[in-house]
Amino acid sequence: MLTDAIEFFHLVRPWLGGAFCLLGAVLTVIGTAGVLRFPDFYTRLHAASITDTAGATALLIGMGLMAPGWVVVAKVAAIWVFLFLTSPTASHAIANAAHVAGLEPLIGRLGRGEVDPASGEEA
Amino acid sequence: MGYFIGLLITLVVFWYTMSGMNKPLILSLGAVSVVLTMVLSWRLKIVDKDSSPYGRIVQFLLYWVWLFVEILKANWRVIRACVKADLDINPALVKVKTVCRSDLAKTTFANSITLTPGTVTVSVEGDKLLVHALYEEDAEPGAFDEMDRRSAWASDGGGA
Amino acid sequence: MNLLLASATVALLLGIVLLLIRALMGPTLYDRVLAVNSFGTKTVLLLGLLGFAMGRPDFLDIALLYALINFVSTIAILKFFRYRSFQVSLSRRAPAPKEGS
Repeated sequence: MLTDAIEFFHLVRPWLGGAFCLLGAVLTVIGTAGVLRFPDFYTRLHAASITDTAGATALLIGMGLMAPGWVVVAKVAAIWVFLFLTSPTASHAIANAAHVAGLEPLIGRLGRGEVDPASGEEA
Repeated sequence: MGYFIGLLITLVVFWYTMSGMNKPLILSLGAVSVVLTMVLSWRLKIVDKDSSPYGRIVQFLLYWVWLFVEILKANWRVIRACVKADLDINPALVKVKTVCRSDLAKTTFANSITLTPGTVTVSVEGDKLLVHALYEEDAEPGAFDEMDRRSAWASDGGGA
Repeated sequence: MNLLLASATVALLLGIVLLLIRALMGPTLYDRVLAVNSFGTKTVLLLGLLGFAMGRPDFLDIALLYALINFVSTIAILKFFRYRSFQVSLSRRAPAPKEGS
């Protein structure tokens, strides 16, 4: 029974991994679309963090499922840990630099196709 | 000294996991790299209590599991905001007071806020954090209390 | 499975192109730095994905290295634009004795 389950898992593993990779890539594209369309710098930062967390996690889970051996799984896990330790630090550094330089965030509800005069883009 | 032994064990395990080979040449290169790294970190004086919390690994792992669930929940909102046809966001800049005392606890708390999509720590001064949020509802007073308590528990022990 | 991997790679490349647009037209310097940093994260993921798509997971070593370099380069760029020099210490020198702990 258990061996059957393990066999089934090994059969289905590459497909599951590919599906996770595709999911992660789609999440990444969604985050990037957010980076393109959000109106000011601070809101773009939030969209970029989707890539860093959900997209990277899904992609790396997919890679781990497709891995041929434990060494590869360990490498994937190391990349994941590094991304999760460094990406908030980098985000905070960028946000802090912008804040210190005096970049003012947009505050209040935005929506319904308003055009933001500061960056001159369609919302 | 205990911190250096912890660093040594971490580096050896890391090297061996990354290479996975047993040839004498590779192993001796690894030994040289480990010694070089330890000498450099000794000269830079970066090995101290805050940078090597080996005694709290279990707490940090538990905290990480909790944080990961929170991150997934927060991701959903931001993803919806990204793909909605009309832009519907409500950014806000709020001050958050923390109960964390040590630098390690503050770093954990600020990084957790940044890691959660929808909120970013903009600056840290003393025990006050300036947080930018994509939705004002996510950053109302008290919204970060649980994260604050848990990160204080994970890195300082006890908590408040 | 190969089709899945190929479409994932293409989607990642699409994301990278979109980010390049943001990096080129970003109104402020910080938008550009943000785009380049996110670009680096995507490059790490793309390297790993390409390694699996071509059956050579050794690419993961390069991806790991790139993740580290990407972080350092972002911090270095920000430090340079803030202080106009690389010679400033980022950490506080010998902080006053902490209370309590």
